[in-house]
Amino acid sequence: MEVKYAKSKGLTDKPLTYCPGCAHGIVHKLVAESLVELGLLDRAIAIASVGCSVFSYEFFNCDAQQAPHGRACAEATGIKRVLPDSIVFTYQGDGDLASIGIAETIHAANRGENITVIFINNAIYGMTGGQMAPTSLIGQRTTTSQDGRDQAHHGSPIHISEMFATIEGVAYLERVSVYDPKHVIQAKKAIKKAFQYQNEKRGFTMIEVVSTCPVNWGMKPTDAMKWVQDKMLPVFPLGLFKDKGDQNA
Amino acid sequence: MAKVLMKGNEAIALAAMKGGLDAFYGYPITPQNEVPEYLSKHLIDAGKVFLQAESEVSAINMVYGAAGAGKRVMTSSSSPGIALKQEGISYIAAAELPCLIVSVMRGGPGLGGIQPSQGDYYQATRGGGNGDYQLIVYAPESIQETIDVVKGSFDTADFYRVPVMVLVDGLIGQMMESVDFERPMKHRELQPKDWATVGTKFHPGRRNIANSLHLDPALLEQHNFHLQAKYREIKKNETMYEMINMDNPDYVIVAYGTMARIARSAIEMLKEKGINVGMIRPITIWPYPEKAFDLIPTNTKGILCCELSMGQMLDDVLIANNGRHKVGFFGRAGGMVPDPDEIVDAIVNFKDKVVK
Repeated sequence: MEVKYAKSKGLTDKPLTYCPGCAHGIVHKLVAESLVELGLLDRAIAIASVGCSVFSYEFFNCDAQQAPHGRACAEATGIKRVLPDSIVFTYQGDGDLASIGIAETIHAANRGENITVIFINNAIYGMTGGQMAPTSLIGQRTTTSQDGRDQAHHGSPIHISEMFATIEGVAYLERVSVYDPKHVIQAKKAIKKAFQYQNEKRGFTMIEVVSTCPVNWGMKPTDAMKWVQDKMLPVFPLGLFKDKGDQNA
Repeated sequence: MAKVLMKGNEAIALAAMKGGLDAFYGYPITPQNEVPEYLSKHLIDAGKVFLQAESEVSAINMVYGAAGAGKRVMTSSSSPGIALKQEGISYIAAAELPCLIVSVMRGGPGLGGIQPSQGDYYQATRGGGNGDYQLIVYAPESIQETIDVVKGSFDTADFYRVPVMVLVDGLIGQMMESVDFERPMKHRELQPKDWATVGTKFHPGRRNIANSLHLDPALLEQHNFHLQAKYREIKKNETMYEMINMDNPDYVIVAYGTMARIARSAIEMLKEKGINVGMIRPITIWPYPEKAFDLIPTNTKGILCCELSMGQMLDDVLIANNGRHKVGFFGRAGGMVPDPDEIVDAIVNFKDKVVK
C-alpha cells in the first residue's frame, strides 16, 4: 500500500507540548517539510527562543541551540558567521521577537545575516499565561490589559513586517497565516522559499505567521481561527512585503 | 619571535589569535577599544570572523552561538558592558560551552569613569548572572602574563567546557610593555568537540543541542551537581598564585593585577625601613588560592589586602585567613591609582587599617 501522507522526517517522535488547537504544530510541520524537501535538514541548526516554542529544539529533527529571551537572532548570527554553509533558523514568538528581542532582530536583518526567521504572531504571551504582547490588538483583553489594550496607555500593535520591509538587508519577507488549508499551502510555499533563499545566500529572510492562542484567548480552536480572519488580519494584512529575488529577476 | 613593545589591549588581541581564535564578537566601550580595533583588521585578514554587534547583550549571545558551534570565540568589554553580558555568561556556563571573555575594568558603579579600577572583582568571581555557576578568572599583573593566560585560555576553556574570563584593569589595557608571544604553553589533551551544533550531516544518528533549560527540578539539580563536580576539579588543578618574599615576613600583602605591581615597589621601600613584607599574589581569583594562606607563618603580624576597589577581594582574604591573623584593608577607587608610599604608610600604620 502506498503511503500518501506521513509525518515529516524533519520532526522527531517527541509528542508536541503545545495546547490543543494551537497553530505551532502546523508551522512546525511546514518548517520540517520544507527543510526535508530542499535537502537541507542535515545542515540545519534551529534556534529555539523563550516562550511556548522553547521546546522546539526537542521537535525539529536537527541540531539546535536554545537562546536566552529575545537573543535568537544574535545566537543565529554567531553560528552562521562561523558556519556559513549551515542552514540557521530561529523560531520566535511575538514577545520574544517584537518586544525583548527587537534590537537583535532588526540588526541581524540590517546586516543581511543569511538566516531565516520564523516569526509567530499570535498577539499574546502564551507560555507565561496570556499577558499583553507588543502585537496585541487595541481593545484586546489580556491578563495585563484586563480592560483591553488602550492605545493611549499601551501604544498600538507593532507592525513587524511593515517595519522590516524598509530594511536593506532583508531579502525576502512575507506575512502568512494558517487558518485554513489554502493558507497553510501558501504559508508552506513562503517558508520553503525563505529556506531556499538562505541556501542561495541571498540574505535575511523572515516569515511572519499570523497565528492563534485559543487557550489564552479563551476561545475554541475553531473560533480562534475565525478571530484571526475577523480581527487580526485587518490589523496584520497578509502579503509579500519584500522579495529581492523578484526585483533582481 | 623577539620581544616587541606592545600596548596591553592589542597584546590581548594578538595573544587570542595565537591561542587559536576563530571569531570575535564585541561592542565598543572604553578602555578596551583597542582589542576589537586590532581584531577588526588582523582577524579578518587572517580569514577569521570579526563582527561588531549592536550591543554587549547581542555580542555575548553571538559568542554563545559560535561556542555552541564548536569554534574558539571571544568577546571583550569593560565594567558596565560586562554587566550587560552577565545573562549570556550564565547561559554559556549552564550549557557548558567554552569561550573567552576579556574584562578591562574601569571605575564604577554605574557609568562610573574610564580610569583603571578593580571594582568588578565581585562581578567576575560571584557572577552577575543567575544561578550557581563559576568562571575560571585570571587576573594577571603584567602584559606578558596577560598574553600567557589569554593564549592558553582557549585550551583551558575547551578542556573543562567552561567560559574563561581574563580580568585586567584599564592600566594594563592602556600601557605598553616589552613582551614575548612565543612563551611555551601548558599542554592539554583535548577531546574532539563531538557535542558541537554543526548539523547532523557531521554526526549522523545523533542530534546535538546547546541548552540550559531543565524544567524537571530533579534533573536540574543533577545538572548543578555535575557543574559543581567540574568546579571542584578546576579548584584542584587550576589555582594559580605567586608567593613573593615569604621568608618569615612581618606582614603579608595580598594583591592582584596592577595593585600587585604597586605593592612590589612598596615591599622594596619597606625593606629599606627594616620592615620585611611578603605578598600572596592570586593569578586566578576564581578559583581563589586559599591554600597559599596556610603558608603564612604564625608569627606574622597581619595581612593587608590591597585593592583598586573598596574591599571586594577582602571577603576571600577573610575566608582564606579563617581567623588566624589580623586582616587590614587598603583600597582606592574610582580610577585613583595609589603611589607605593601609600601602601608603605598602610603597613606602617597597620593597626589603623585592621578590619578584622
